[in-house]
Amino acid sequence: MIEIEALTKDYLALTVVDHVSLTVADGEIAVVVGTSGSGKTTLLRMINRLIEPTSGSVRIDGEDTRALPAFELRRRIGYAIQGHGLFPHRTVGQNIATVPSLLGWDRARIDRRVDELLELFQLPPGEFRDRMPSELSGGQQQRVGVARALAAEPKLLLMDEPFGALDPIIRAKAQSDLLAIQKRFGTTIVLVTHDMEEAIHLGDRIAVMDKGQLLQYAPPAEIIARPATPFVAELIGTGERPFRLLSLTRVRELVEPGPAQGAPISPDATLRDAYAEMLWTGRDILPVVDATGASLGRIRRDDIAHRAERPQ
Amino acid sequence: MKPGLIVRLVVLALLVAFVVTPQSFAWVFQPLTKNGQPAIYTQNTLLVLTLSHLAIVAVATLLATMLAVGLAILVTRPFGAEFLPLSRSLANIGQTFPPVAVLALAVPVLGFGWQPTLVALFLYGLLPIFENALTGLTTLPPAVTEAARGVGMTDRQRLIQVELPLATPVILAGIRLSVVISVATATIGSTVAAWTLGEVIIAGLLSNNIAFVAQGGLVVGTIAVLIYDGLSAVERMLMRRTGQRTGT
Ligand SMILES: Nc1ncnc2c1ncn2[C@@H]1O[C@H](COP(=O)(O)OP(=O)(O)OP(=O)(O)O)[C@@H](O)[C@H]1O
Ligand SMILES: [Mg+2]
Repeated sequence: MIEIEALTKDYLALTVVDHVSLTVADGEIAVVVGTSGSGKTTLLRMINRLIEPTSGSVRIDGEDTRALPAFELRRRIGYAIQGHGLFPHRTVGQNIATVPSLLGWDRARIDRRVDELLELFQLPPGEFRDRMPSELSGGQQQRVGVARALAAEPKLLLMDEPFGALDPIIRAKAQSDLLAIQKRFGTTIVLVTHDMEEAIHLGDRIAVMDKGQLLQYAPPAEIIARPATPFVAELIGTGERPFRLLSLTRVRELVEPGPAQGAPISPDATLRDAYAEMLWTGRDILPVVDATGASLGRIRRDDIAHRAERPQ
Repeated sequence: MKPGLIVRLVVLALLVAFVVTPQSFAWVFQPLTKNGQPAIYTQNTLLVLTLSHLAIVAVATLLATMLAVGLAILVTRPFGAEFLPLSRSLANIGQTFPPVAVLALAVPVLGFGWQPTLVALFLYGLLPIFENALTGLTTLPPAVTEAARGVGMTDRQRLIQVELPLATPVILAGIRLSVVISVATATIGSTVAAWTLGEVIIAGLLSNNIAFVAQGGLVVGTIAVLIYDGLSAVERMLMRRTGQRTGT
């Protein structure tokens, strides 16, 4: 658990982060959104003390982060940045092994961990372990950057616009990989992004920042339904609200028994995807069939539309 | 083998052959002599002069590298940052001093011989190495230095594992400049009785023997070109190894 309390950063007269308080529970993903210059990166970097706060405190599992030397703190916290920051003079394997080496793991354990992570990120170890970062595509570099951040099995992972430089398809893939890994290891994640879509997709809670202040910190559904300020509403986009709500729910939750015609939809698709499919193919009802080919029933347009209404 | 490599090897072989057995090349220099002057300098053997010349350059460059890189490391640490402008101007002043003046000033203190030459070459070698080490250490990609801090490296680990390896090609370029300047400048060391190839050139100038001037100049020039070329190749290899783009 991370408890951030009245965290503040001043640069001379300028307050860049202004008394921000928020708590991230174990195994949750908190996504920080806001316009450029709102203080997101500064907030994130104060958590692992890459920036020393002017005032306020950060506690991780109840322990104040100032209780130990900054470099030791950082070895316990995974950190992935935009532009990945891979060490260009070290191989992919050596990059991933950075923190375990600093922690003094033995060779065999490090090698096992590196191969495990490479496989997890679908980079076959035999092919990728000994490549240099410059010999990878942008998407591969980004995955290695995240793998490096996860190498020493940190309970906490900080990510600063990790997917910013990726094209939409690779980006969607990277996001679902992250969710899968987060589920598997139960990692607590604080992620910074510009992209509201990404925040809603990934976040258990979303922190909206503007001019150094935390305007709202709440689950996505709540942020969409009840934005705390006009600025938050604007960031979500008023015209987008019903569709953003639909993107929070999976088809699985609205399946009912019964027949339906035409191409099926996956139970793991979002209601938004299902609704789009209905509009596009002119159908009111879609059959729901899972990846193994088993029919689960059907989903109806009225039920979906109902879910897009403003919650009470 | 690439043609470029063959040319280099042939030049090196010719250089070695000439320095070891200069007399077998006497016919090359004979046409430059007048009135039965000797074609080949024999006061000291060319081999001894060449080795001594190279030794002085090597020692001076080694010392200059240690001091310049050490200084550059110091002034790029947070606690040394305030000395950055001062150290820069000191190194600059060192460079504006003509080498002859350094020799003239050093002789009364150190006497005649190789010592004043070493001092002059050392002072002369500092600036290019220092400047390049500074550039190398201050222009690292920000995302990389940020990552080095973010993974929890200590200051020393960052320097040794990330900053120095990435700055090495640039530092090496400074060493290359410095060595080439030193190889040329070392010739004037013979005016204060250091054993360098300058002795051959000066003997030629004094006795009006163009053959001596030519062989001294050729050996010095060829050594400079070969060293420049060799170090450039090492730099390119390091750039590739450290995954950085190859500059020129
Ligand atoms: N070292 C510094 N000195 C002075 N001002 C700074 C410093 N670092 C950041 N700032 C200012 O603090 C503000 C917040 O910066 P920060 O990087 O946290 O924004 P951000 O929300 O991450 O923006 P972006 O989305 O563009 O990355 C900016 O106005 C920036 O100019
Ligand atoms: Mg930022």
